[in-house]
Amino acid sequence: MALEGYLLLSLALFGIGAFGFLARRNAIMMLICIELMLNAVNLALVAFNAFDYYAADDAGAVFSLLIMAVAAAEATVGLALVIAIIRTRQTPEVDDYADLKE
Amino acid sequence: MVLAAGVLGGGLAAVLLRNVIHSAVAMMVCFGALAGTYALLGAPIVAAAQVLIYLGAISVLILFAIMLTQAGDANLPAPFQRQAPVAAVVAIALVLLVGWAVFQTDWANSTVIIAVDLNRLAAAIFNDYALPFEIVAFLLLAAIIGAIYLARRPEDDERAN
Repeated sequence: MALEGYLLLSLALFGIGAFGFLARRNAIMMLICIELMLNAVNLALVAFNAFDYYAADDAGAVFSLLIMAVAAAEATVGLALVIAIIRTRQTPEVDDYADLKE
Repeated sequence: MVLAAGVLGGGLAAVLLRNVIHSAVAMMVCFGALAGTYALLGAPIVAAAQVLIYLGAISVLILFAIMLTQAGDANLPAPFQRQAPVAAVVAIALVLLVGWAVFQTDWANSTVIIAVDLNRLAAAIFNDYALPFEIVAFLLLAAIIGAIYLARRPEDDERAN
């Protein structure tokens, strides 16, 4: 599989994540879908790096490691937020978070 | 090929399954297959980081959050919103658009995989990308403090006062 194959795999994974983020009702599921999309981007970066695009200093691997750290921070804060909201609203369904509308 | 099937199958199952815990396990399958893909792409350090951070930390974090929030409710609500068909159309349009761009671009058709050189990678992180590295370290510290503050129970405040 050459570069195109990996790019298409990454693209498909990103599409799956985007669909899930838009369509799922559960707040934790939306966070899982964000993780899927971040991983898809990581795959594209590592693939570019492996097939020698802008790879003079292994930039793709550096970027993917930094993205993993940022994703970990995002997951921590996101899950803390979700747990705090669920504790007050008693439901994980994002459709029920409509306080500002009322 | 097997790894690609694992990535796509895990991702699809994670999005489509009804039970959130099943989705989280499917997500772990997807991440594991991705780690294998990174190893195949000559980046074993990224594969190791993937296993440590995603399979080890984030998956456990998500499973913990699910178990904290879902007190064994037997009646699972419908997993998808009303706008699910529109979301599917948008996602497919995005995939087709970027896929078209991928096929239009004239990639150098090299099939040689260049492995990540650890010495070069370390030099890059700590010289050229030292500032982003420090910013990420600071971001992680801020995220830890923020998460502790957010997830604390309000009663703890009263006890402290």
